[in-house]
Amino acid sequence: MINLLPRYIISFIIMVLLQVLILNNIQLNGYINPYIYILFILTLPFDTPKWALLVLGFLLGLSIDLFTHTVGMHASATVFLAFLRPGLLNSMEPRGGYEPDSNPSVQDYGLGWFFKYAAFSVFAHHIFLFYIEVFKLEGFFQTLSRAILSGLFSLILILFIKLFIKK
Amino acid sequence: MQNLIRFLIKNHFIILFIFIEAFAIFLLINNNNYQQTKFVNFTRTVSGVFYQNVEKFNEYLTLKEKNERLKAENTRLRNLIQKNLEVDSDSFETQVDTNYNQQYEIISAKIINNSVNKQHNYITLNRGKVDGIKPEMGVITRDGIIGVIRGVSDHFSTAISLLNPELKISSKLEKSEFFGPLGWEGQNYRFAYLREIPLHAEVEKNDTIVTSGYSSIFPEGVPVGYVEDFEEKGARFHEIKVRLSVDFKQISEVYIIRNLRKQEQENLENQVEYND
Repeated sequence: MINLLPRYIISFIIMVLLQVLILNNIQLNGYINPYIYILFILTLPFDTPKWALLVLGFLLGLSIDLFTHTVGMHASATVFLAFLRPGLLNSMEPRGGYEPDSNPSVQDYGLGWFFKYAAFSVFAHHIFLFYIEVFKLEGFFQTLSRAILSGLFSLILILFIKLFIKK
Repeated sequence: MQNLIRFLIKNHFIILFIFIEAFAIFLLINNNNYQQTKFVNFTRTVSGVFYQNVEKFNEYLTLKEKNERLKAENTRLRNLIQKNLEVDSDSFETQVDTNYNQQYEIISAKIINNSVNKQHNYITLNRGKVDGIKPEMGVITRDGIIGVIRGVSDHFSTAISLLNPELKISSKLEKSEFFGPLGWEGQNYRFAYLREIPLHAEVEKNDTIVTSGYSSIFPEGVPVGYVEDFEEKGARFHEIKVRLSVDFKQISEVYIIRNLRKQEQENLENQVEYND
């Protein structure tokens, strides 16, 4: 666990920089904006304490917020995602449970499993985020469609990263 | 106590989640203008609807008194019309001219929530964006000034009351035209203080104090109050204790003042400052 720490710190920094410097500038049709920094939360080890998930989620969201001048927006969405993660992992547990020393990744549990895991997380996060951003229920379906389209785009990017970039 | 601790430990995840999430949303609302206005407008609408219903009931209790006051106002207005007709009847031109020069428009409104006992008092009115109300409009009654509109939602608006130390009104002594800022200092709701009146200005008890008209919010000459007492403060200025002409515990019908030339005046003033 201790020697994993630097790896996760670097992963955190890379995720924030990638999101802020590159992905925030991608706005297809001024409509779709992918958010892939949550990959950091997704790839934390299984035995991460629950409280640490929430704290890390908050810090991650807040770092993104500081760059986009939306203090609290990404933070609340990422904390929400961190809150869902343990329940989600529990419900997707393979027969026999998770193996010790494995990570929630494509390599360890296969593409199908990871796709389901990532898809659910991404959409939960995006829908929460987009509604917090507009902060009203008017135009309910427009917001929903924006969230889903952006979610699809983020999901493709996330799968791409996980498949072709080995850590 | 032990049960409580056990409960906290057992549910620490969800409690921590609620705590952090609430904190994040608190940050969001406090730091982002858009979400903040949305939130404030929402609470204003909710409290507005609530207070309006309370006020509807309270109205019946003071109906008689209000009728008396409206009757008095009616008589006064009728007298005014009479006077105007006399002046205008012999010249059509003046009438057109006064219309053209109209600088202030008046919108009547009703107070649906009001306080006098806090340090920062605010007033809620039953007019909003739909009625053309905007922030920075003045609120008065026949007796004197009440406050300035701060926030507006569709059907309600909140005004910062004169009984709020954050509001300073540029006022002057009606007799000698010396002017200074007038503000409330958080004590007795019947009294406010007028400062920066130079010592050589003649002040007498019961002199009338009116608005100076130097800000673009209130017209000149709206009554504010009367000199109750005054003393030398420092070596150069009088500090004047002012008995407010409006009894803030008794107001209900008010007028909101729209300055039709506010924009023009402010643009000009900004331009001049800019050129400096």
